[in-house]
Amino acid sequence: MRSWLRLVRPGDWLLLLVGGGAVAASFPLLWQGGLGDKAVIRRDGQIVAEIDLQTRRSLTVDGPLGATVIAVEPGRARVVSDPGLRQYCVHQGWLSRAGEIAICAPNHVSLAITGRNRAYDSLAY
Amino acid sequence: MTRSPIELTLTEEDHRIARMAAAAVGLSLLDAAIPTPLPGVKPGLANIVTLLVLARYGWNAAAWVTGLRVVAGSLLLGQFLAPGFFLSLTGAVLSLGVLALAKKLPARAFGPVSWSVLAALAHIAGQLLLARLWLIPHDGVFLLAPIFAATALFFGTINGLIVARLLDEPPASS
Repeated sequence: MRSWLRLVRPGDWLLLLVGGGAVAASFPLLWQGGLGDKAVIRRDGQIVAEIDLQTRRSLTVDGPLGATVIAVEPGRARVVSDPGLRQYCVHQGWLSRAGEIAICAPNHVSLAITGRNRAYDSLAY
Repeated sequence: MTRSPIELTLTEEDHRIARMAAAAVGLSLLDAAIPTPLPGVKPGLANIVTLLVLARYGWNAAAWVTGLRVVAGSLLLGQFLAPGFFLSLTGAVLSLGVLALAKKLPARAFGPVSWSVLAALAHIAGQLLLARLWLIPHDGVFLLAPIFAATALFFGTINGLIVARLLDEPPASS
């Protein structure tokens, strides 16, 4: 073992260290694909707002039934309240992956997450 | 006896390159015979020869040996002009390019281990790039990059150590 270690020069160690660090860092960096980076809010199919998923913001959109409240936090977004009868879009909770969408159909409002790498075209529950 | 119209004068260097290329082809066949969990993940044993030639006889000889190895190796494996051939050609060209630069690093600090790791990383980078541009035109291929890079680092280190060990020994008198 010692005779092998002797063959590694100081710069080699440095390179291995830097390379190892870069490789270790590349795993989470490349594999968290699918996480969204923008929340797109639409009313009647028209984009009302595009909010970066880095910010913390609350937004009210007025539809035919009343106000739909949307909250954006770093990395996720949700419909907080909606005048619709069944509350599907509210119960969907936090959305964080690119392609996820919450549709408040009665109030004509939707909240979609978009991202650079989308793992899915569309996700709804 | 008819005289041959073409006289090929073979220098000592031609013989040496042919010998080294033959060794490299043998090792790349061995490489292909080792089962791997993922295409593209392999030890790259033939690079040991490339690096030895680089250290002893310079970059030109190393480029010759690598070129011959890629062509002859793919002929023997039945892969000539198949996608695998272009992948290995791209990898070889890129790693030779990187080796030309790596050879200029100060020898006190950077040895065969550095060359080997850099060449292995360049090799896999070239292959991924070609795969992205040509074979699988989707960014999804880059999801494999961390695995390939980790493999390159691992086998690059081992091959580099082998090269350093071989260079350490006195050259055999042949």
